[in-house]
Amino acid sequence: MSILVDRQTRVVVQGITGKEGTFHALACREYGTRVVAGVTPGKGGVRHEGIPVFDTVREAVDQEGANTALIFVPAAFATEAMFEAIDAAVPLVVCITEGIPTLDMVRVARVLRGSDTRLIGPNCPGIISPGQAKVGIMPGHIHKPGKVGMISRSGTLTYEAVNQLTQLGLGQSTCIGIGGDPIIGTTFVDCLALFENDGATEAILMIGEIGGSAEEEAAAFVERHVTKPVIAYIAGLAAPPERRMGHAGAIISGGRGTATEKIAALQRAGITVVRNPAEVGVAVREAIGSRLTAQS
Amino acid sequence: MKIHEFQAKAILNAYGVPVPRGEVVTTPADARRAAERLGGAVVLKAQIHAGGRGKAGGIAQASSPQEAERFAERLIGARLVTHQTGPDGRLVKRILVEEQVPVSRELYAGVVLDHRAARPVIMAGAIGGMEIEEVAAKDPESLTRVAVDPALQLQPFHVRRLVSRFALSPSIQRAAAGLLSALYRVFQEQDSSLAEINPLVVTTDGRLLALDAKLNVDDNALFRHPELAALRDPDEELPLEVEASRFGLNYIKLSGNVGCMVNGAGLAMATMDLVKCVGGEPANFLDVGGGASAEQIEQAFRILISDRSVRVVFINIFGGILRCERLAEGVIRAVRSLGVTLPIVVRMEGTNVDQGMRMLTESGLNFITAKGMQDAAEKAVNAARQAVQGSTFKVQR
Repeated sequence: MSILVDRQTRVVVQGITGKEGTFHALACREYGTRVVAGVTPGKGGVRHEGIPVFDTVREAVDQEGANTALIFVPAAFATEAMFEAIDAAVPLVVCITEGIPTLDMVRVARVLRGSDTRLIGPNCPGIISPGQAKVGIMPGHIHKPGKVGMISRSGTLTYEAVNQLTQLGLGQSTCIGIGGDPIIGTTFVDCLALFENDGATEAILMIGEIGGSAEEEAAAFVERHVTKPVIAYIAGLAAPPERRMGHAGAIISGGRGTATEKIAALQRAGITVVRNPAEVGVAVREAIGSRLTAQS
Repeated sequence: MKIHEFQAKAILNAYGVPVPRGEVVTTPADARRAAERLGGAVVLKAQIHAGGRGKAGGIAQASSPQEAERFAERLIGARLVTHQTGPDGRLVKRILVEEQVPVSRELYAGVVLDHRAARPVIMAGAIGGMEIEEVAAKDPESLTRVAVDPALQLQPFHVRRLVSRFALSPSIQRAAAGLLSALYRVFQEQDSSLAEINPLVVTTDGRLLALDAKLNVDDNALFRHPELAALRDPDEELPLEVEASRFGLNYIKLSGNVGCMVNGAGLAMATMDLVKCVGGEPANFLDVGGGASAEQIEQAFRILISDRSVRVVFINIFGGILRCERLAEGVIRAVRSLGVTLPIVVRMEGTNVDQGMRMLTESGLNFITAKGMQDAAEKAVNAARQAVQGSTFKVQR
């Protein structure tokens, strides 16, 4: 089991004929994901690397049964690409694109409300259920099927944490990169709820960072609704205030959004917080171990 | 991206927001002439991208053109240190010379983005001239907030709710409503992350004026606002940071001595945290991006080592898809061509990692290779410590 993506996932890649789109569509297919269609306006009717290309997402849904859209469209056009996928009622949309204007995301968030679509991202590495489907740009080979659910605002830091887990023999049910932008489609809280209800997930690892209040909201949610062990690492204890640390959402502003306050909120909710990013895997192992001991 | 007060006022004014009459000058003589044209008694305001100018002596009233000139002499070319600039302060190149305005009341008007609700929020405050965070903490009752549904956009009833907070006489209520609508339009159309008039003043003769204005622009939206992008002032940023941005590198200088080179923003932050965890101090945040081309690696090295406090370079790359032999090749080439003599600790992970590591060790260069982040951070911090103690550096393999 897993959440959001699995063997039933049928992916349409928006922007499939671009360099990034091609590279990652093939990497996803190689991993075993069913990449059933691509969309590039004006190139409908051709086959690209054996994948049928359409002018619109709706055609990809109607003709190939796509149920997940993966977006590699440049920032200036990505908003429309998201609107198109939402309009075609694609249940899951994963937007990898970085650099989308924040006020565009205000409109996207509004349209998502009341739609049949869940959006992951933007500015994210995507989502993977190891051994089943990879819908994103993460290196598939570092993952291993298992019982840890993972949620992260980051990209390479997620890979680092996954690698630590895998090397300790701890597999993952699903790993979701929710994205580093201030406004994103799916939050920590959304993912926590999904993992809590997923039979295959036994522990949840959260990788947060400075900026915003998503971690505090996650802490409040965990306190009330999550029974599984949650382990968290918050990047940016060493980050200076008022500076944007790469991700658009990673900024301590007006004294708010510090790692210290996030860590305090998470700890108050009973979440194990790791301060050393090299010890994330070990902390997850200990949390799972102590739970098993408590149960026996 | 931040822009200067005079630029924000010009944009607001183009949308119909009244601002004091004023001129931007770069020399004391021009300050005098501007004061003459503005009627003699003026306010001079240093144009830097930081708040707290008033308390730091960057704003002054002059009762005559001569006084304006004297004040401008002191300020232009000086470095102004406010609570937001850091100890080095900011170089004052320009002064905004404005007419003096007889103020009867100070109010607040601003638009920000509520990230959690994913909606713009307009705020109207009965107290102006203080930092809004301070007002919100001390006297939240004095502030009216309206979150605007993007499907609805700003409606007259929103504006009426906001304007009532100002408790103005009927004659200028309509002007205030127009001003708030204009401020919201600026926020939307100029892709702002903050549009603020603080204070918004009522003059003794019953006019509304934006006495101070701040406009921050969403960096992600600059591609569709070339006229805003052109307002970027590199003098407000550190030269090394400007240089880095030219090569698509995200570099932020910090105060430590362990130079960090990392791919990905999250991992770059985590690397800084880890350096601290093992007792060191990071010299910088540096994200070379997901691809990390050979040229980017070389430029990254050049920028890292131009920071004189750096004692060791710590490379932490989680390649994943990036092939390690290509990374190693880029690093070796950069070290040779730049003649880097600092110790370099390399931790990399990804495809062909063994081949990449072998290339580093066989290069004959001063690389310290590491297995895992913890090991790498410890070696880097040790190397920095040894360099600081002045002891000769031994190559560890």
